[in-house]
Amino acid sequence: MAEYEHAEISQGEGRLPTTTRPGGSVSLPPFEQVVAEHGQVVLRVCRAVVGPDDAQDAWSETFLAALRAYPRLRPDSDIRAWLVTIAHRKAIDRVRARQRAPVPLDSVPEPVPGDGEPSVPNPQLWQAVAALPPKQRGAVAYHYVADLPYAQVGQLLGTSEAAARRAAADGIASLRTTLGQEARP
Amino acid sequence: MTTPETILAALAATSDDPDAIARLQGRLAEQAASEGLLDVAYRTIDTPVGSLLLAATPAGIVRVAYPIEGHDQVLESLARRVSPRLLYAPARLDPAVFQLEEYFDRRRRHFDLPLDLQLAGGFRRTVLDHLPEIAYGTTASYASVAALAGNPKAFRAVASACATNPLPVVVPCHRVVRRDGSLAGYVGGLEAKHALLELEATS
Repeated sequence: MAEYEHAEISQGEGRLPTTTRPGGSVSLPPFEQVVAEHGQVVLRVCRAVVGPDDAQDAWSETFLAALRAYPRLRPDSDIRAWLVTIAHRKAIDRVRARQRAPVPLDSVPEPVPGDGEPSVPNPQLWQAVAALPPKQRGAVAYHYVADLPYAQVGQLLGTSEAAARRAAADGIASLRTTLGQEARP
Repeated sequence: MTTPETILAALAATSDDPDAIARLQGRLAEQAASEGLLDVAYRTIDTPVGSLLLAATPAGIVRVAYPIEGHDQVLESLARRVSPRLLYAPARLDPAVFQLEEYFDRRRRHFDLPLDLQLAGGFRRTVLDHLPEIAYGTTASYASVAALAGNPKAFRAVASACATNPLPVVVPCHRVVRRDGSLAGYVGGLEAKHALLELEATS
């Protein structure tokens, strides 16, 4: 199993209600509750990072890996940050697998907005996010979609807090340009 | 869609796709079960004695809970005492639901389900093992159940085993009454105990 699934996540503002034992120590909530509270945000993070077409598969991989590692998670962990970390690593695995896989020369499909997942709201937005350079895309996904502080975003992307902040700002500016052009007749 | 505010609002929109989430949750439960990661599956079932929470491990049904026990608290307790790998996953409970429906329709007199009694230990466990010997439609006193369990003087321990029975209805602690026939307490409330005995008496 990959190392990150054991990663200890520092306590943060996004800390979740955990159940308190009569003795005062905390324990992990039922995993069902984790899915109910974070399923939406993780789906949007996946959409942003791997694009709308692969988002549902990425979501399933993320939650299955999380379920596997869950009993070893410290009960006072920031569960959303932990899930986003797993989603981030799964997205990297996905890109690497795609690079390794031989691609038939004449069958590279153009991404079709919303194809295969017709119910995605704002398909243009998510396609535009998926088209950002990786650092900008990650910074937008982990800060603006997942609401993680820039310090944590920087850790995930392997850069400084300041660089993560710049990448997110550049990403939003680029989205504004792309979507502005598309909106014109 | 072109001002930073509208872009940020769209990125942060929370409940945009409830159907997709419901589908994904169902798929997660299936994948978790097939990979051996579904330690506790649960669902609820509507019955004449209220909505019952049913939970099962791969070994068998581990918990039946009445509404007055607080289903959320019961789930939290299962996460703590059995495993936090706990998901809403109705499929594993299908046989239990089928048999409970037959029971409440007066078409079934005893349950034939794999039981996981890990939440009951020691003498309490021994008491629960003997409760199915009390025939459908009849009752037994705390003292006679104590005798069945091999310790005739332990009627208080029998009362406590019944009060903490993790599998009410399926393991018939409702058939244990005071020597004078009055009902004493019940984990699902006296009304439920009365309703079950009434149901069994009139079939």
